[in-house]
Amino acid sequence: MFTTSVHITLNGDPLDVPGPVTVTALLESLEIDVRRVAVEHNLVILKRTAFDQTLVREGDNVEIVNFVGGG
Amino acid sequence: MGISASDQLVIAGKTFQSRLIIGTGKYPSNAVMAKAHEASGADMVTVAVRRVNISDRTKESLLDYIDTSKMFLLPNTAGCYSADEAVRTARLGREAGLSNWVKLEVIGDEKTLFPDNEQLVEATRILVREGFVVLPYTTDDPIVCRKLEDAGAAAVMPLGAPIGSGLGIQNPNNLRIIREFARVPVIVDAGVGTASDAAFAMELGADAVLMNTAIAGAQDPVAMAESMRYAVRAGRLAYLAGRIPRKMYATASSPVEGLVGR
Repeated sequence: MFTTSVHITLNGDPLDVPGPVTVTALLESLEIDVRRVAVEHNLVILKRTAFDQTLVREGDNVEIVNFVGGG
Repeated sequence: MGISASDQLVIAGKTFQSRLIIGTGKYPSNAVMAKAHEASGADMVTVAVRRVNISDRTKESLLDYIDTSKMFLLPNTAGCYSADEAVRTARLGREAGLSNWVKLEVIGDEKTLFPDNEQLVEATRILVREGFVVLPYTTDDPIVCRKLEDAGAAAVMPLGAPIGSGLGIQNPNNLRIIREFARVPVIVDAGVGTASDAAFAMELGADAVLMNTAIAGAQDPVAMAESMRYAVRAGRLAYLAGRIPRKMYATASSPVEGLVGR
């Protein structure tokens, strides 16, 4: 299969990943449990049901957040 | 069965068994946190929304230590300094937790962590329009609380003292006025240092108390969590029971007649 590398910004840091890649596949490659995170793609917050269809491309900005301890 | 049996906290139509709401930050370990949660009897805990640490390979999650079948998660917007940031964080929290509840914080100053009430009211308005159940953390100002309520807040959460200060209730009179004005639950959020502070807040008429550092920072967080459970309960019962008026002079408790030899 033809794959190439895309440069993205993930949580503020530059990252090269094989792609274009779906959000679901990106999370899998990072070993992140999809049920416990929220994803913002180019400033648009994604519904979990959209993870499979949303493609991350060259230059995209992705934020992946989860719950941590807080008051 | 006394007056206490049916006394439950209701926020936006949702019933909670405990009037103590606690945080999940700053515990010595997640295991200690889980024990403290259990000891507190609380059924709602706050959580923060932050970037996933991509390089952390342990993959230990806070949620591994919270039984979400018993504990309601309340995402916060801690660390946000504008309405825009807080709204963005609240939306992310909704997707992460699949609940539309938010503890709304818009901070105005790093040193005091006092809220920026202007931005807070604005963010409340926006989030309520989007269907959020908004619980805003505010200063102990009755007028701001009224504005938040008018903006659609499901509860108001005035501070007792600055976050993490442990100073106790600094302006009890304001809290009483807020309680008298408000038609939504009043949750005293921040400032509690020890059990008597929590009891005092409840005696003033608060519907609930929210705390993090007082428990997580105690030398024995589990024991402090248990003490807070009883303090909140005791304070609530005292409030419902109706305290006696304060008087300048003594009133004898024993009969003044029938004294031997008189």
